[in-house]
Amino acid sequence: MKIELRLFAGLRETAGFGEKKIELPAAATVGDLLVQLAEEYPALELADRSIYVAVNQQYAAPDVVLQEGDTVALFPPVSGGCGSGLITLE
Amino acid sequence: MPKKKLFEITDQPLSLDDVAARVTRPDCGAIATFAGVVRGITAMDGGQRDTDFLDYEAYTEMAESMLAQIGDEIEERWPKVKAVSILHRTGRCEIGEASVVIAVATPHRDDGCFEACRYAIERLKAIVPIWKKENWSDGQVWVEGPRQPDLDLSQPADEAAP
Repeated sequence: MKIELRLFAGLRETAGFGEKKIELPAAATVGDLLVQLAEEYPALELADRSIYVAVNQQYAAPDVVLQEGDTVALFPPVSGGCGSGLITLE
Repeated sequence: MPKKKLFEITDQPLSLDDVAARVTRPDCGAIATFAGVVRGITAMDGGQRDTDFLDYEAYTEMAESMLAQIGDEIEERWPKVKAVSILHRTGRCEIGEASVVIAVATPHRDDGCFEACRYAIERLKAIVPIWKKENWSDGQVWVEGPRQPDLDLSQPADEAAP
C-alpha cells in the first residue's frame, strides 16, 4: 500500500523534501514506517530523536495501523512545546 | 464580506484590533487579548543573543484544527466564554511583529476571559504544529520544544484549570 509522508521544519530540511509517497507492506503500523524510514533516510537520525507522528492530522502512537492513502506527518516537538505524542524509536 | 475565521494560520500581518473584532458580540462586555511578538534580544547566561528575524512553518491544516480544539476545550472549561479567536503567522516575522494573537470574549470580566486567554497560549505552545527558526545574528536554528514523552497529549494541563 502507499501512504503520503509529510515532513516539517528541521526534518523537512534534512530530508530535502516535504512530501513523498511511501510504499509499505499491508497492515504496517506507524512504528513499522519509522523503522523503514530510519533505514532509508539515516540523515534524519530518527533513531536518536523524539518526534511527533500525526496520521490524517491526529497525533498517533507507534501501534496505530496505517491504511492505504493515509497522510502521515513527522515533525519535531513544537516550538514552545511540552506536549506528548512523542515517539522514540526502540 | 465573508465572515472571518476564528482560528487561522496566515502569512499576513496580525493585529490585536483584528482578533478582538472577530470575537466582539453584543452580549459580551469583556475581551481579553494576548499577543506574542518577535523578541530581538534574548538574555543568556552571561550575556545576550540578538535575533535578526524569525521564520515560522506550520502544518497548516492540522494547526487550524488544533486551534479549534483549543477553542472547544476553553468552552468546556469556562462555559461563560462566548467566543475565542486564535491567529498565528507563518513565514518571516520581523522584530516586534506579532506572531500570535488571541482574543477571548465573555459577558463580564470575571467570567474567565483572562484565564482562558492564558490557557490558549499555553496549549498552543504544547500541541499546535508550528515551528520557528531563529535567525540569530551568527547563525540559524530550528527551535524544538522540550521532550516529555510521559505527558498525555489528549489531556489538557491541570494547572490551567479554572
